[in-house]
Amino acid sequence: MFPAKFAYAAPSSLEEALGLLSTEDSKILAGGHSLLPLMKLRLAQPSLLVDIGRIPGLAYTRRENGVLAIGAMTTYRDIGLSPEAAAAAPVLVHAVHEVGDPQVRARGTLAGALAHADPAGDLPAVALALGGTVRVVGPNGERDLDLDSFFVDMLTTTLDEKEIIREIRLNVQPAGAGAAYQKFDQPASHYALTGVAAVVSLQNGTITSARIGVTGVGPKAFRPRAVEQALIGKPAEDEAIKAAVQTVADGIDVQGDIHASPDYRAHLARVLTRRAVLEAAGNAA
Amino acid sequence: MAQTQTQEPGLYTVAVTVNGTRYSREVEPRQLLVYFIREQLGLTGTHVGCDTSQCGSCTLLLNGVAVKSCTILAVQADGADIKTIEGYAEANGKLHPIQQAFWEEHGLQCGFCTPGMVVVIDQLLRDNPNPSEAEVRRGLDGNLCRCTGYQNIVKSALSAGRKLRGEEPFEKPDTALTEAAPATAGAH
Repeated sequence: MFPAKFAYAAPSSLEEALGLLSTEDSKILAGGHSLLPLMKLRLAQPSLLVDIGRIPGLAYTRRENGVLAIGAMTTYRDIGLSPEAAAAAPVLVHAVHEVGDPQVRARGTLAGALAHADPAGDLPAVALALGGTVRVVGPNGERDLDLDSFFVDMLTTTLDEKEIIREIRLNVQPAGAGAAYQKFDQPASHYALTGVAAVVSLQNGTITSARIGVTGVGPKAFRPRAVEQALIGKPAEDEAIKAAVQTVADGIDVQGDIHASPDYRAHLARVLTRRAVLEAAGNAA
Repeated sequence: MAQTQTQEPGLYTVAVTVNGTRYSREVEPRQLLVYFIREQLGLTGTHVGCDTSQCGSCTLLLNGVAVKSCTILAVQADGADIKTIEGYAEANGKLHPIQQAFWEEHGLQCGFCTPGMVVVIDQLLRDNPNPSEAEVRRGLDGNLCRCTGYQNIVKSALSAGRKLRGEEPFEKPDTALTEAAPATAGAH
């Protein structure tokens, strides 16, 4: 399978890349592990690929106070091998090992996964549970997009077509908080039929805060705010958590396909949210 | 380095080093690395199985890291150092320890997936020189085999690890008939 014809450019700076993006139907190429499969199926037919893979200095993980900064070209493999990431956000390092397979992880990037916004991607759930921003550069300079409102719809984000993600800025897991990512995957593709990430803080065995990200259920990853609220003040015990998470799929346009019906996905969301919160609470200091 | 050219979908020069030999060829931007390697360089040991980055038959080392070459453009590999299955055995035909382990443990039947398996096991054992059986199975997540049921591939990987760590001679004495330790875990 070959993509349709396209022109190719490998700029050496983000500024040069931004200039090239003014071309009609141009697309950014980073790891290419979401875009190239779509192009091979002719579901995407960009006129120009702007390869940011040769721009120096875009692959890194850095701790900046309460933020883990991850460069646009940083691969899942890089994150999995990063001591900074392991110290700042263990749940992220755990979750990157759930993505695809070793070869895919060697090419695919976190920034690309968030920009692509696959409704069954693992990392959108983890990014929502940690919270943070997406730092982008565009024709009007740099801006930070809040991850809480970043995912708009299936494969759609608040990122403008003429903007490029420079860096993902995730909140470091709070001191004493525990986190977990629970996933039920489609065994052939390893995409999440449902995936739930949770970051939970406790005081004397009582939940004082919870942030949850859910993927694979609706058209986009989301935070079940009512569940996050319902968990506060509850003991970190199975029955109490189970009761608090029952509304996780309420109000969501739950997706169905040959692998899982909407009812089954909603059921998985309840089960995996309970497990993720329980595991996160168990990981809390 | 790749040129910046945006007017027409023209041809680009891609220069790579494959198994120590330097090559330079003209490609269309949409040329995939695996077809560049197979059809333009004539190195057909790297296979195309699914062509959708699932089966792992096209796995090769790109700058020392195992990747699926059906999902990489040749232009993205410009300037890279590549190792394919043809680069594993020595010039005199002596097998690489991973290949020797496949030979001894009957790690292949039809052999179609074997080049990708050898390369990904090379990556696995460099990342983790002494993996458990479960870690080997995890490491083979991205490679499909339709013949073996994976048992002998896993045994080959574990044997290769022992050879590379010096715990097992390069040529193992023939123990095929006395060794009866079936693995219990199924393929993932």
